[in-house]
Amino acid sequence: MKFTATWTIALRALRRNPMRTGLTMLGIIIGVAAVIAMVAIGTGAKAEVAASIEQMGQNMVMVISRAARSGRVHLGGDSGVALTKQDYDAIRQEVAGLAGATPEVRASAQVAAGNQNVNTTIYGVSEEYPAVRAWRLERGSHFTETDIRGAAKVAVLGQSVATNLFGGGNPVGQMIRIQHAPYEVIGVLRAKGANMMGRDQDDLVLVPWTSAMVRLTGETSFRSISVQAESAERIPEVVEQITTLLRQRHRIPEGREDDFLIRNMQDMLEMATSTAQTMTILLGAIAGVSLLVGGIGIMNIMLVSVTERTREIGVRMAVGARSADILLQFLVEAVVLSVGGGLFGIGLGYGTAHLVSAKFGWNTLVSLDSVALAFLFSAVIGIFFGFYPARKAAGLDPIEALRYE
Amino acid sequence: MTCPPVIRLEALDKVYQTGEVAVHAVRGVALTVEKGEFAAVMGPSGSGKSTLMNLIGCLDRPTGGRYWLDGEEVGALTKSELSRVRNQRLGFVFQGFNLLARTSALENVELPLLYSPHGHRARELRRRSREALERVGLADRAGHQPSQLSGGQQQRVAIARALVNEPALLLADEPTGNLDTRTSIEIMAIFQELNRKGMTILMVTHEPDIARYCRREIVMRDGRIVTDRPVADRLEAADELAKWRGTAMEERA
Repeated sequence: MKFTATWTIALRALRRNPMRTGLTMLGIIIGVAAVIAMVAIGTGAKAEVAASIEQMGQNMVMVISRAARSGRVHLGGDSGVALTKQDYDAIRQEVAGLAGATPEVRASAQVAAGNQNVNTTIYGVSEEYPAVRAWRLERGSHFTETDIRGAAKVAVLGQSVATNLFGGGNPVGQMIRIQHAPYEVIGVLRAKGANMMGRDQDDLVLVPWTSAMVRLTGETSFRSISVQAESAERIPEVVEQITTLLRQRHRIPEGREDDFLIRNMQDMLEMATSTAQTMTILLGAIAGVSLLVGGIGIMNIMLVSVTERTREIGVRMAVGARSADILLQFLVEAVVLSVGGGLFGIGLGYGTAHLVSAKFGWNTLVSLDSVALAFLFSAVIGIFFGFYPARKAAGLDPIEALRYE
Repeated sequence: MTCPPVIRLEALDKVYQTGEVAVHAVRGVALTVEKGEFAAVMGPSGSGKSTLMNLIGCLDRPTGGRYWLDGEEVGALTKSELSRVRNQRLGFVFQGFNLLARTSALENVELPLLYSPHGHRARELRRRSREALERVGLADRAGHQPSQLSGGQQQRVAIARALVNEPALLLADEPTGNLDTRTSIEIMAIFQELNRKGMTILMVTHEPDIARYCRREIVMRDGRIVTDRPVADRLEAADELAKWRGTAMEERA
């Protein structure tokens, strides 16, 4: 018997009972759609987390002062030494493998231009900030080392501040007042949007850290120092060097805890994405169970249909069907059900993912992997759950089958 | 060269082992059916006629003796070889028609062609099954499903299905068992017509009236053939149908 004949036979048999065919497929359709939609939601979340962390800067290592953690209030002798200008200089000079570094001081302040004014956060940073934080300028330029040394009164605006103060106009070259002191706007940062917590990241003004410390905060220590490693491979080495250097400089005896925190963006990325990965696997596994149930549904229907169609099988055998033909017919029927269901399910899963994106604003990503996996899995389910009923049908005795009432 | 007999049985035995008891369903049957014969197998239930039909129909294998179908010994063939023989050399007609439900007459007739080892093209399938339907006078019902056909029409579709692979032997198991007298005669008319054109037919029936349309009468009892003779007072289905029409006219008049 030819291959096409098997298909003709199996498809005709399925067509004879469209209701049953449809309902059997439904189990697989829902299973595959669930797997695809769930994995899309999980993958989307993972991609979003990864993107927002990468936005903070590539290969970035952040040194945070424990002393500064409690805000402006010093906690006394034991709370540790703050990160000083000397620490910053030492890191820049002594740590190998750095591509850039910037300290950070912060102050809330009122910024005004003309008759507009806004409350925003002023960041005192170095000339290398845009590189370290992977934050490019939209127009104008960033301040230079000379500006830092001279504590120049220059500022780079975040998008929100630029828009609030100057509307659609070009702020570069304009003057703004920070705490009544005039600053020249020399650049505008690109828009970054809201961060994971929903805070507007564009609501800030960058000034040279020297200017910020002298004119705004009056402090002598930094909140944090961010450095950029030359490559991802050098991150552990950089962390190691900074730890040793700072412990030495802060005179921390052996066995005592660091008085600073080192946050490694690579670690954060891995942690966050692995959490998202776990969620994806969990969602996918739950959906996988429904796919399995769909497969069992196929087996159930096929088993019932072997009994129900005993006479039909007898007739087929009487007119010349071999056991192998019957086996193949039932197997093809099961595979058509599962693969057909799988195809519809992929469409439905894709649609569901889109709907979730549109309705809830969640980032979803239908990965080709999950589509291929769900499709393959549904085909395997068809063969696996179709085999037992098919073998049962093929094993029927033609005489018995013909007499079956 | 003379044709080999269509059926040649030599000391054919079939023993069923049911637990401890051995049931001897067919005991040393010897039978020869030549090409072009039209034979009725009769006998009470339990006489072994159904078992004999299953053996001749290659649905079952004998436990002893030899069987040649159309010159080829088939007694020792494997299951799948027997399937091939059923497909190519035999046509079955059953009491209950055994058509596939929700399937058009045309597709029902196509069924044996789909299992044919030759692998026909779709157009060839259509042509041959349409031809077979024409031979039983149902060309105009090709698209109808069994539920839309009368019993007699369904049996004619089944006969078309049996004929579509040009078998050497047509086996009919109580083909008129589910039909009224008039329709039974119509079916016998088809068989007689096929037989006249050279088809060899072996038919099981328990109705002596129906056996009278055949040419040869074989009676079985307890697994043995007890009578094997030509039908003496043979009936012509065409004549009988004409009489029916006459009666119907009289009734109307």
